[in-house]
This record gives sequence, structure tokens and C-alpha cells, in this order.
Amino acid sequence: MDNTNVLEIKDLAISFKTFEGKVQAVRGVNFELKKGETLAIVGESGSGKSVSTKAVNRLLPKKNSIIESGQILFEGKDLLTISDKEMQEIRGNDIAMIFQDPMTSLNPTMQVGRQIAEPMIKHQHLSSEKARNKAIELMRLVGIKNPEQTHKHYPHQFSGGMRQRVMIAISLACEPKILIADEPTTALDVTIQAQILSLMNNLKKELDTSIIFITHDLGVVAQMADRVAVMYAGQIVEIGTADEIFYNPMHPYTWGLLASMPTLDVNQTDLYNIPGSPPNLLHPPVGDAFASRNEFALAIDFEQEPEMFKVTDTHYAKTWLLHNEAPDVTPPAEVVRRKAKYQRLFAEKKINNQVGGEVVGSRG
Amino acid sequence: MVAEVKEKQSIVEISGYKQYFNEGKRNEVRAVNDVSFNIYKGETFGLVGESGSGKSTTGRALIKLGDITGGQILYKGQDITKIKGRRNLLDFRKSMQMIFQDPYASLNPRITVKDIIGGALKVHGLYKNSSERNERVYELLEQVGLSKEFANRYPKEFSGGQCQRVGIARALAVEPDFIIADEAISALDVSIQAQVVNLLKELKKENNLTYLFIAHDLSMVKYISDRIGVMNSGRILEIAEADELYQAPLHPYTESLLSAIPTPDPESERNRIRTEYDPKYHQYEDLTKVGLHEIAPEHYIYCHQDEVEVYRKKREKLLREGQKYA
Repeated sequence: MDNTNVLEIKDLAISFKTFEGKVQAVRGVNFELKKGETLAIVGESGSGKSVSTKAVNRLLPKKNSIIESGQILFEGKDLLTISDKEMQEIRGNDIAMIFQDPMTSLNPTMQVGRQIAEPMIKHQHLSSEKARNKAIELMRLVGIKNPEQTHKHYPHQFSGGMRQRVMIAISLACEPKILIADEPTTALDVTIQAQILSLMNNLKKELDTSIIFITHDLGVVAQMADRVAVMYAGQIVEIGTADEIFYNPMHPYTWGLLASMPTLDVNQTDLYNIPGSPPNLLHPPVGDAFASRNEFALAIDFEQEPEMFKVTDTHYAKTWLLHNEAPDVTPPAEVVRRKAKYQRLFAEKKINNQVGGEVVGSRG
Repeated sequence: MVAEVKEKQSIVEISGYKQYFNEGKRNEVRAVNDVSFNIYKGETFGLVGESGSGKSTTGRALIKLGDITGGQILYKGQDITKIKGRRNLLDFRKSMQMIFQDPYASLNPRITVKDIIGGALKVHGLYKNSSERNERVYELLEQVGLSKEFANRYPKEFSGGQCQRVGIARALAVEPDFIIADEAISALDVSIQAQVVNLLKELKKENNLTYLFIAHDLSMVKYISDRIGVMNSGRILEIAEADELYQAPLHPYTESLLSAIPTPDPESERNRIRTEYDPKYHQYEDLTKVGLHEIAPEHYIYCHQDEVEVYRKKREKLLREGQKYA
């Protein structure tokens, strides 16, 4: 992994027109994607994670979506301003996407081999025969057995896991620079999920593709991500390397997410949960959007929105708790345990932290 | 957790249950093939397996949605295939309710929450006048953690977690003894799953309920179940008390399920070794002496008589070594 950015998103804000008014789905999102890395975006439904990444491929409905502000920079071009024709050259070619539900995103009336070959014919101008041979190769690469025969099958003849492999083969057909995977394994069984994830990890290493991985499952994130962005109510509230987010989280929302994950530990019988539900983005709350569900909320959280505080060069969090006048708080027990593990891993030099900074800002 | 059910009175007894679809035809599917287990009064029985394992089919058979191909299902000692007639069916379903997987699809989008919950009350004639009905609806909403202002809203106005709470309130409305939760939390976000699991646990305590909790992975099931059955291709391969199952998963399929769950911990994920399972493992040629054998008290494995000793040794070894999947 080197440090060049393949994608930069700057101050992106998107809203949707609805009967009731304007829903501010994405409210000022900034992040960059480095070459060869996997960036996971986590958050609850409605947090804006899918909307932000759909904007990258310009897949939002023109009818009711409004890009309020921002830039999406890919190879020096702002994807929000280029023409539809230029976008077609990029979509599926340089930036490919894998969707959640493989049944509804494949064409049921088309042989899967042809669906995999299509982007190669369109973008790389391969002859249909060459494209078919390459499609068969790709099917073998993603672990579909007997592709010489099965490339003539239709989606309904495949199981859910196999369909998702077809989706991955389609997205890899043009060897994209960026792969956006929107909850690619949520609809699958855990054992199939494990296979698909290890497949994606291997392909990433082989092809040096950058991946944006969208999910609400932190277990999947731990397995896949180099860096993690946590989204809440249309904003990134914390971003850092996977180790920083899992072992040294700073934002109370990240604390809540981590503490409410089930573990297989036999002795744990009670499950922590974040009370309430996310705010209505028709009228985003004043101050910190998470304040009303946050047991650690300070008075200022209800008045003024916190800025992104820097923890390390790679780790930022949007919470007033990091302000130097904020009181010390003790996070949930699970998070305290994780922070202890961070110290231990750090001492044992097992932390995958390219910056390798000391543990800073670990108050509480 | 298990202490309360010491006397162990069975509320559900399933023996030799079979469910074949398209029976006798070329495309016959043996969805469930000889499944037997009991559910004790007051416990939560978790039924876990991948899609196609027959877990939902079992749940549907239990609440009498469709006829069974073979075997016997007793509910409170009564053979459910013998329940006939509207009156008797109503009584049966008043006592047993179901919570479904998809919170949106299982609520009628055209009627208000008050009518959704009130509908269950109406069918069973559980109120005298509308003010009594409303009181009861408000009470139920409060029980599942929703405020009573929600009563006049439509399902589309709720989030997934809130819809699932409405589904739970509807199931509770008729004061059942037994609830089947078929993947009731699978469609929800992880943080909301925790809320619903905690709610179900509370309600169980308050209302003396018994649950059959059907799920496709083993991570959440642990928090709610007393005993767990693991299903694969129409058979139960392992039944054990929840703690025992996580401490000493004996059947290779259970091990593969546990090893597939990603844990929110990058360091352990980096060093993770996953095991894969081949269903051929439990397809025996000669079925005599093959069945659920007791390895330890309340811990059963589907295996051949000769394998019992091997599994006993494996169990002792696992318990000695401590937890593997923490």
C-alpha cells in the first residue's frame, strides 16, 4: 500500500426532496481513499453511508437528489461536474460496484457469462469471444466451479453465495482502480460470508485495488478494513486505522457500537445497547446529532456541533469529549477492555499502524 | 439461566418430524428429515442453521402452517395435527404466536398500529368496547418500549427496530404462552438487534413465556437461549445447553459455524483459522445405530453409536483447554 490518494471526497452534502421537505442525508463528508487500501464505512441504516458512495458513481436518482456542495476527486477530475458520457467511461471501468442483493442486481434474463463479459466488450472493446473466455477465467478466479458449463446458466440457477461471486466477477472484469462494495455479504449465511470475504481479500492483494466496504457489521470490518470511517446522521463522526477504531475509540457512538456487538464469550450474558433511534434528518438536531442518545453528552453537545478533533495523524473524532476542557469520562466496560488491549498490543508491537504514533488522547 | 427450569416440563415435543415437498415426484425436496427435540416450559430454545437447513420449516410446522409429512408434534401434550375446527385453532393460536423476520413485510401498511395490534385482540374477542381496546393497545405499546402517541401512525413511519417492536406487541396482545421468533432480529442493524434481544428477554421474564428462537448465526443466539439446536440439511446435528455449546462445540458443523462468525477484533481476525464443513460428513450409509446420541447430560450429537466415545473424549479435551472462540 502506498500513500497516494486514488479518491478524495471533500465536504460532500446531499439532500433528497420528499413530500415532507428536504432530507439532509449527507451533511459534509470528507475522506480520502488510498491506493490498495480497504476503507470500511460503518453506520446504522440511514446514516448516509450508501448515499455518499452512490454519489461517487453518480447513481443517485436525478429526480429528487440534490448535491448541495462538495467535490469528488478522481484522477484530478471532479466526478460531480463531468459530463454523463465521461462518467460512463469511468463507471464500471475505473470504479466498479458490488451491491447488497445479488438477486435484484443481476439481470434474470441474461446468461451470467454474458453479464460478466458485457463491461469488457463495452469498455475494453474486446471481441465477444475474447470477452467470453475472460469471463470464464474470472468465474474460475472467484471460485465458481466448472465455469465452461456454468457461464451459460442464468442467475436463478445459482445459490445466493454463487450469485454474489458472479457480481464480484462482473465488478472485477475491467480491473477497476476502485471497488465499492455496499453490504456485499449482509444477505448471505455466515459460512458463505466467510468465503466471500476471504475471496475479496485475496483479490485485493492480487490486483492492488482500493476498496470502499460499506457495512453495519463490525465483525466484518475487523476482518476486512485497513481504515474505518464511522458515520452517524450523515456525518463521519470518527475515522482512523482499524486498530485505532477497534482498540482506542474516542467517540461515544463508536463506543456504543462496539459494546453492543455480541461476543462468543460465555461469561457475558447482558448486552449493552444504544438507547433510542437516529435523528430525523428532515430537521437535523442542533449541536451534536448523537447527543440525545449519548449518556456521556455534555451541555455544549446540545448547543454547538463539535469539530473533528485530531487524535493521531490518522485518527480523528468529532466529539467534545476530546476538547481539553472536557471532563474525564469512563467509557463502557467493553471499551475499557479494548483500550487495555491496545496498550498491550502496542507494547508487543502488533499494531498495524503505519504512523506508529504513541497512544495519545487516551483519556478515560 | 437454566436454573428456573429444573422440573423440566415439556411444552413442545417433536419426534421424528419429517417434511417433504413435492413428495414422490422427481423434484422431491426433503426439507426436514427426522427431527426430534423437546422444548421445556419457560426456556428459550435456539434453533440455528444456514438457509435451507429446515429451521424455518420446523417453526412453521409447529404453529400449524401447513401439514407435516411424518412424525408427531405435541404441544402441551396435544397432537397438533388433530386440532380441527375454527374454535380449536383459535385457542391453539391464542396460546402460540409468531414474530416474523421482515418487520415491514409482516405489518399491513394500510392500517394504523392501533388496528394492527387491536386486530389480534378483535379476532380473539378480548375486549368489550373500544376504550378497553385502546387501553390495552397503549399498555402493549408501553410494554415494548414505544410511546402511545405511535398508536395512530402507519408502519412506514417507523424504523425497522420500531416495526419489530410493533410485531412483538401484536404477538403479546393475545397473552400467549409460547412465541416463535423466526429470524426476528436478522433484518435489523447490530445496535438495534441488541435492543430487541434485551426486550425479548425482559418480556419473557414478565410474562412467563417460552420461546423458540430461530436464527442463522450463533452470535446473538447465545444471549437469549437456554438450549440450542444446530440444524443442517434437514437434521439436528447437535443439541446442547447454550454455555456448553460455546465451550465444547463437538460436531464439526457447529465448529465451522462458530469459526465463520467475524469478531469485532482486528488482531484475532488476523490470526483466525476458519474450518469448512462438508455435509457428506453426516451422511451415513447404514442408518442403523445412527441418531442423536447423548454425549453428556443434555448434550446430544447426531452420530453413529461407535463415535460416541470419540465425542466424549473431544468434549473433555475442549473443557480442559478452555474457550476457543472467545
